[in-house]
Amino acid sequence: MRFSGWQVLRQGFAGNTGWKPQWRNPEPKPEYDIVIIGGGGHGLSTAYYLAKNHSAGRIAVLEKGWLGGGNVGRNTTIVRSTYARPGNGEFYTHSLRLWRDLAQELNFNVMFSPRGVISLFHSDGQRDAFVRMGNAMRNRGDNAELLDRAELKKRVPYLDYENGRFPIHGGLLQPDAGTARHDAVAWGYARAADQLGVDLIQNCEVTGIDIVNGRVSGVQTRRGAIRARKVGIVVAGRSSQVAAMAGMRLPIESHILQAFVTEGLKPVIDHVISFGMGHFYISQSDKGGLVFGGDLDYYASYAQRGNLPRAEHVMEAGMTLMPMIGRARVLRSWGGIMDMTPDGSPIIDKTSVDGLYLNAGWCYGGFKAVPGSGYGFAHLMARGEPHPTIARFRLDRFRTGVGLMDEEGTGAQHNLH
Amino acid sequence: MRINCPLCGERDSREFYYKGAASYLNRPAPDATAQDWDDYLHNRENPAGETRDLWQHQSGCRAWIVVTRDTNTHEIKSCRLAASIKRGDNAG
Repeated sequence: MRFSGWQVLRQGFAGNTGWKPQWRNPEPKPEYDIVIIGGGGHGLSTAYYLAKNHSAGRIAVLEKGWLGGGNVGRNTTIVRSTYARPGNGEFYTHSLRLWRDLAQELNFNVMFSPRGVISLFHSDGQRDAFVRMGNAMRNRGDNAELLDRAELKKRVPYLDYENGRFPIHGGLLQPDAGTARHDAVAWGYARAADQLGVDLIQNCEVTGIDIVNGRVSGVQTRRGAIRARKVGIVVAGRSSQVAAMAGMRLPIESHILQAFVTEGLKPVIDHVISFGMGHFYISQSDKGGLVFGGDLDYYASYAQRGNLPRAEHVMEAGMTLMPMIGRARVLRSWGGIMDMTPDGSPIIDKTSVDGLYLNAGWCYGGFKAVPGSGYGFAHLMARGEPHPTIARFRLDRFRTGVGLMDEEGTGAQHNLH
Repeated sequence: MRINCPLCGERDSREFYYKGAASYLNRPAPDATAQDWDDYLHNRENPAGETRDLWQHQSGCRAWIVVTRDTNTHEIKSCRLAASIKRGDNAG
């Protein structure tokens, strides 16, 4: 069924009894051309672009739990391309372009809301860094605008501009960046992939990867063995465990990143705002909750919940930036498992096993990457050559030291990103 | 999370700096292969479950501590001085 205004009207008059399940729930077949491990945002978008752009044959997505039950449902939904380094730059620019038409492309309302992302600066040095970032973005064809303090005050009057320690001097605005509805992105890709014939198989945990003479031949799952010519690992958060099934050790540490949401409030924060002197970013959801987050807890963890010191630090940063939110009550907090790489940038590459491909290491930037990651990974898996937008996301860059994408300039070392 | 510093006793995790996997203690020889250095610097077991990692009691005695803990539950099982592990002591 195609969604349209007409369908909403028609189903409304029919008492909403005509809606059907949005995707099939097929039994796994014994063999596929391509098996994608992981039914999150990246896995589903990979399957969709494999079917749509590459007619890649029989495709299955194997998901341990339910579709979109991992990090794609546990983030702060920010979509932007404020990156300066070659590699990240062209990738996130491309991904943002895909976001713009995604609802039409998938015929599913992903609620992409390009409300503007403002990154604040608090010193002359930081202003210079953001000027450089803005120029890098404009050179790629993105929009970026440097707001001085007076201009910023007109748009965002409620910040603590005179803060003694972190006065606000201005901000870099990306006007067409914003937020999206996280679950809808997973569901939209799932539905569109299913309509193109992709088998989405839930409750199907992969327990082993079969390799014969250096070539992948299939996977073992809780629902039996499945043969495949090519296998893609797209399980950010559990990459180390799945890669270990193929005898690989990845340059990844899994860390906890917390996020928070307040009770629903009337519209008060129009943009996505990020504080430049602490890792703090905030936006308001369509339901009215203030959604915000900060930095990692900074210790390896798979617990999907954090500890109090980081929660306290995030709240302090928020209060420093915009004291008005002190009256809002936090409703929920949660944590996601971040695939942290040494340079803070992702990996999309072939592996040493023929036919086995890896998409991992999304650190805390995975949500906005969902369209671009699937697009590029599908190209790599179908053609064996990387799409230009992902060509620098190489697995071997840590060993060779060539092409590291260290946005913060702190060094390609675990625990620094 | 509270970490039991072998010298200072149990303290809040705020007092500690996290370095990473305890494999940092096994530094390769200067003439080791590029692969050995890559493994040492970048590649990780990254277990979901029991792990050993290096913490420094930064706001306390500044000792380096090998903490054995569970990454699924944050339960801390044991804390030993890195120096005594390097020396091969059983105590400490």
